[in-house]
Amino acid sequence: MTTIFGVPIQAMMSQLLIGLVNGSFYAMLSLGLAVIFGLLNIINFTHGALYMMGAVGAWMGLTYLGMNYWVALLVMPIVIGIIGMIIERTMLQWLYKLDHLYGLLLTFGLALIFEGLFQNAYGVSGLPYSAPAALSGATNLGFMFLPNYRAWVVAVSLVVCFATWFVIERTKLGAYLRAGTENPRLVQAFGINVPLMVTLTYGFGVALAAFAGVLAAPITQVSPLMGSNLIIVVFAVVVIGGMGSILGAIITGLALGLIEGLTKVFYPEASTVAVFVIMAIVLILRPAGLFGKEK
Amino acid sequence: MIKRKLLNVLVGMTLAATAGSAFAQNAKVSDGVVKIGVLTDMASLYADVSGKGAVEAVKMAVEDFGGKVLGMPIEVVSADHQNKADIASSKSREWFDTQKVDMITDNVASSTALAAVKVAGEKKKIAIVNGAASSRISNEDCTPYSVHYTYDTVALANGTGKAVVKDGGDSWFFLTADYAFGHSLEKDVTEVVKAGGGKVVGGVKHPLNASDFSSFLLQAQSSGAKIIGLANAGGDTINSIKAANEFGILKSGSQQLAGLLIFISDIHALGLEATQGLYATTGFYWDMNDDTRKWSEKFFKRTGKMPTMVQAGDYSSTMHYLKAVEAAGTDDSDAVMKKMREMPVNDFFAKGGKIREDGRMVHDMYLVQVKKPSESKKPWDYYKVKATIPGNEAYRSLANSTCPLIKK
Repeated sequence: MTTIFGVPIQAMMSQLLIGLVNGSFYAMLSLGLAVIFGLLNIINFTHGALYMMGAVGAWMGLTYLGMNYWVALLVMPIVIGIIGMIIERTMLQWLYKLDHLYGLLLTFGLALIFEGLFQNAYGVSGLPYSAPAALSGATNLGFMFLPNYRAWVVAVSLVVCFATWFVIERTKLGAYLRAGTENPRLVQAFGINVPLMVTLTYGFGVALAAFAGVLAAPITQVSPLMGSNLIIVVFAVVVIGGMGSILGAIITGLALGLIEGLTKVFYPEASTVAVFVIMAIVLILRPAGLFGKEK
Repeated sequence: MIKRKLLNVLVGMTLAATAGSAFAQNAKVSDGVVKIGVLTDMASLYADVSGKGAVEAVKMAVEDFGGKVLGMPIEVVSADHQNKADIASSKSREWFDTQKVDMITDNVASSTALAAVKVAGEKKKIAIVNGAASSRISNEDCTPYSVHYTYDTVALANGTGKAVVKDGGDSWFFLTADYAFGHSLEKDVTEVVKAGGGKVVGGVKHPLNASDFSSFLLQAQSSGAKIIGLANAGGDTINSIKAANEFGILKSGSQQLAGLLIFISDIHALGLEATQGLYATTGFYWDMNDDTRKWSEKFFKRTGKMPTMVQAGDYSSTMHYLKAVEAAGTDDSDAVMKKMREMPVNDFFAKGGKIREDGRMVHDMYLVQVKKPSESKKPWDYYKVKATIPGNEAYRSLANSTCPLIKK
C-alpha cells in the first residue's frame, strides 16, 4: 500500500475529509465573527454562547415542542437572530464610538451569563440529539466509511459561506453595507437607514452561529460548554485570516480544519495547540493576517 | 443589695465555668470549628460527575451527623479548581493556611487531586480523594494523610478490563486522555490485558476535553483491534461513543468499545440506545438494595439527579471522617487518620470497607452492563449488576504497592 510518512494513503484521505468537516464549522463560525467585526467593529465574544444556544435550542424544540431537525435548522437561526438584534439595539449600539475593548467586555459578560443559565438548567454532561432519519447511515467511499450527515455538513456550510461572501462582496446590498460602515453619515445622507442595516447585519452574523449550532447538534455533545470550547479556536481562525476579511475567514477555517486533522494523525497530543502555533507564526510574519489589509 | 451582689458573683462563676469548658474543647478541636473543603470541578467536563452534587452530598452528611462534632460546629466550604493543578494546589494551600480547613474532599480529576494531596501531606492535613481515579494516589504519591476512597484505575482495569478480555477481546487500541488519569488507566488496563493473554496493538493520546473524536476513532478502526478501550472520562467518553455510533464502528460487529470509566451521568446523557451492552465498573449503583435506594432517593430530591459513585463516596467518606473525629476526641490529623484506619466502613456505600496504610479504601466493586432500552422500567434504571468484585481482588494488593509508606 502507498504510504505518506508511514501513514497509508487511504487513512490520510479519510483524515483529511474529517478535517474538512471540522473546518466547515470553523469557517461558518469565523465567517459570522468576521462579518460582525468587519462591518460593526465589534469583537463578538457571545458568538460561542449563541452557537450553543442554537444547538440546545434545537434540542429544546425537539423535546418540548416536537420540532424536527429540518424545522429547527430554519427556525433556530431566526429566533437566535432576533435575540441578537435585541442585544444589538439595547446594548451594543451604545458602544460603537468607544474602544473595541468595551464591546468585547460586554459580549464576554453576556456569554458567561448565557452559559451559566443553561448550565444551571441542564448540567454539563450534554443532551441527546440524533441526526434526522434521512441523513443517518453512512456511505462507503472505498477508502472510508463516511457518515451521510457529515457529508451534508460540508455541503451545506460551503453553500452558506460562499453565498454570504457573494452577497457582501458582489451585490448592491453588500456595497451599501460596506459603504455604511466606511462612512455612515454620507451613506445616511443618500437616504439609507444605516442603523437598521447594522442591526440586521448583527442579527445575520448571529444567525450564522445558531445555524452552525443546529448543524453540530447531532455530531457533538450538546452541552452549555460546547461554545466556549470552540470560540477561542474560532477567534484564532479570524486572526489568522485577517480580522474582518470574509474570504479570509472561510478559507482559513477550512484550511485549519485540514491542518488540525493532520496533527491528529502525526502527533495527536498537539492537536489542540496546532491552531495557536500557526496563529503565532502568522502574526510574526504578517501582523494583519493572511488576507487582512494593513490600515 | 447583698442579694444582688451574691447573684452577680454566682452569674460570674457560672460564666467562668462555661468559658473554661469551652476552652477545654478548643484544645481538642483546632480553631473551634471542624471545616471541610470540597474541591471540585463546578463548571467543566466533570461538573456532573461531582460538582454541585458533591457539595450537596457532603452537606447531607454533615446534616445527618447533626451539624456538630465534639460540641463544635461543622462547616462546609467549596471551590472550583477548573481542572487545573495550579489552582487546586493554591486553593488547598489557602484553605489550610488561612481558612481553618481541616479536611479536603471530592478532588475530581487526577491531576488536581495529586496536587491537592501533595499540599495536604506537607501541611499534615487530611485529603480524601473520591473523584479522581489515578492509582498513583495510593501508590507512588501516597501520603500518611491521604485517603483514596471511591475507586481507582486498578479497580477499573480489574473490573471492565478483565471482563472484556474474558469475553474474547484480546487485542486492544486505546483512546487515552493525555494527563495523569488517562496514563494511569491505560497502564493498569494494559497489565490486565497482557496478564489475560491479550495484546495492545496501538493507541492515541488525545488532549483533555477534545471536541471531535472521529479522527481518533478512524485510527482505531484501521488498527484492526477487536476492542477500542476508552481510557478517558466524562465529556470525552460521551463524545467518543457518539462518534463511534456515527461512524458505524459498533454496528460493524468486528470492533467493540470498552468504556473504562463510565459514570451513570454519562449514560443519562447518551441514552440507552447508544450505550446498551457497554460494560462499566462502578463502586456504587443507586438501585442495588433498600439502603442504596433510600439514600439515593434523598439525594435525588435535593439535586434532581441520581448520584454518581463519586457523590455517594463523598457522603460516605465525610460521614466516616466525622465519626473518626468523634471517636478520636480531636480533629488532630494524626489521631483522626488512625481512627479512620481502625474503624471499618459500614454503610449504604460499602460493607466492611477498610482504609489501608497506603490510604486505599478497600471495598467491593461492581461490574455492571448497560440495559437495553426495552429492559429499563423506570427513569435512571440503567444497569444490570453482572458481578461483585471482592475488594481484595479489585484493588492492588499491599504486596505490589509502590507506596513508600509500606514497609516490606
